[in-house]
Amino acid sequence: MPEGVGTLHELRAALDAGETSSVEIVGQCLRRAEASQDTLNAFVGLRAEAALREAEESDTRRERGEVRSPIDGLPLAIKDNMVQTSEPAHCASRILEGFISPYTATAVEGLERSGAIVIGRTNMDEFAMGSSTEHSVNGPTRNPWDADRTPGGSSGGSAAAVAARIVPAALGSDTGGSIRQPASFCGVVGMKPTYGRVSRWGLVAFASSLDQIGAFAQTAADCAWIFEAIAGHDSRDSTSIPEPAPAYSGALSGDVSGLRIGLPKEYFVEDGVDAGILAAVRDSVAELERAGAKTVEVSLPHARYAVATYYAIANAEASSNLARFDGVRYGHRAVGAKGLTEMYCRTRSEGFGTEVKRRILLGTYFLSAGYYDAYYRKAQQVRTLVRRDFERAFEACDALITPTSPETAFRLGEKTSDPLTMYLSDIYTVSANLAGIPALSMPCGSVGGLPVGLQIFGSALDEATPLRIADAFQAITDHHTACPGDFA
Amino acid sequence: MARINRAEVERVAFLARISLSDGEADQLVQEFDSFLGYIETIQEVDTEGVEPTAHPVSLPTPTRPDRPAAAMDAGLAVANAPETAASGFLVPKVIGTEAEG
Repeated sequence: MPEGVGTLHELRAALDAGETSSVEIVGQCLRRAEASQDTLNAFVGLRAEAALREAEESDTRRERGEVRSPIDGLPLAIKDNMVQTSEPAHCASRILEGFISPYTATAVEGLERSGAIVIGRTNMDEFAMGSSTEHSVNGPTRNPWDADRTPGGSSGGSAAAVAARIVPAALGSDTGGSIRQPASFCGVVGMKPTYGRVSRWGLVAFASSLDQIGAFAQTAADCAWIFEAIAGHDSRDSTSIPEPAPAYSGALSGDVSGLRIGLPKEYFVEDGVDAGILAAVRDSVAELERAGAKTVEVSLPHARYAVATYYAIANAEASSNLARFDGVRYGHRAVGAKGLTEMYCRTRSEGFGTEVKRRILLGTYFLSAGYYDAYYRKAQQVRTLVRRDFERAFEACDALITPTSPETAFRLGEKTSDPLTMYLSDIYTVSANLAGIPALSMPCGSVGGLPVGLQIFGSALDEATPLRIADAFQAITDHHTACPGDFA
Repeated sequence: MARINRAEVERVAFLARISLSDGEADQLVQEFDSFLGYIETIQEVDTEGVEPTAHPVSLPTPTRPDRPAAAMDAGLAVANAPETAASGFLVPKVIGTEAEG
């Protein structure tokens, strides 16, 4: 197998020193993606020809001194739910088979404008509904640390591709933890910014009030570069935050002295989480304290209602968003239907997988006459209380630290027969989506040879503080440099 | 007592325009019951007088000047459709078929 790729920062330095070229780096990524595909199934498609052509263009720009950004000429992967002109976007679903996008997502445009090169599309749970990347029409993605285990989900392909050093970075989307949980399972950094920070234009909608595009990389400093390329106001997304995104790299001072880190007591209960994970997170917090950070215990009293609240809201919104897949404008259409209703029913039954149907039906139920107030409206009210919990907690601290997941990567098939157990694996991540706040996961140790993720929540609009803490932590520890044995 | 019965699951499936096999419907009755049991935990929360949150970041409705601008080429817009006629989407006959209800 071709050698693994370095971080964005390492590759930038090598390019600037004239030690390599974009064509060389992109070629290496493409060969590694192909060589690992049978083992990992991280990709659903590569754009080899286009990527190499773009790499040549980037090399020409560099020779002329016209480098557009720090990530110019550097390869990334994107999740299969973001569109790019003339490329497929299937959301790992049969219902979008054959779809070729006539336009490009704003976030992907941001990468293109910065000169970054999309080498391929990564596998995911169908329509981002899942926590294991097993609910995919392309088959499951496997965890680079142990091929019998899941990479987490739903952005499992992106997380696995970065962990296996196939690409230095990738985009994912996070509706209830779909970036952070796979980042945790695969031992990489994954971050969702504040809701509205990155445009959702061109991201196939799952739950519109929760969905947010974010980034995977080996380091926080690399994530900062990606957000500088993709964040910012977009008039095509009516929920886009009007303020310009800050220059994130500038916030990475390496200094955490005086920062107040809140530890929500509800996330540190012994019976809900693997003891080894708690120990790894506590050790990491102690490391930050030695570097000058202060800790304070805080409380998020509604945390235990977050998963139930999340699934009521997410499924309701999904049932509405996925109504558009009707066999009329794109994707699969059932053949031989007599009449429009039969065509809709059969198209959707044939096109959607079991998990997606389950969620659409639950969501339809929550929104149906007689149940709306008891489920959907009630969940929206609890959502307000979850949000207020965070506002109150952030009065006493600058960031919160928790485990990302109560467990390390679980085995393939372990939870597919019990959907509710699968849903509970999002227990530590969903609150950030309900509150709309930024959150990242970074590797902080291992249990039984599998990576452990530490989650940092920031207050609304403050991606900089979690990035700064993670960057400072990575400067004094080496958990993020651990590479799965088969991909070292 | 079960929280939901087979007839209700089938009613919801029709609202969502998804047809279910007998096996799928039976399984969903059981799964719905366990999900609803779990989701009902939110009923414990006192939400008297609490405003619902529809979006986490509250922004005023954005406006823009109403100026003509280029739209996507019609041919491109229908290029992904299973069946088209000229630059339109072709669907099965809507009026006068028994299947419509």
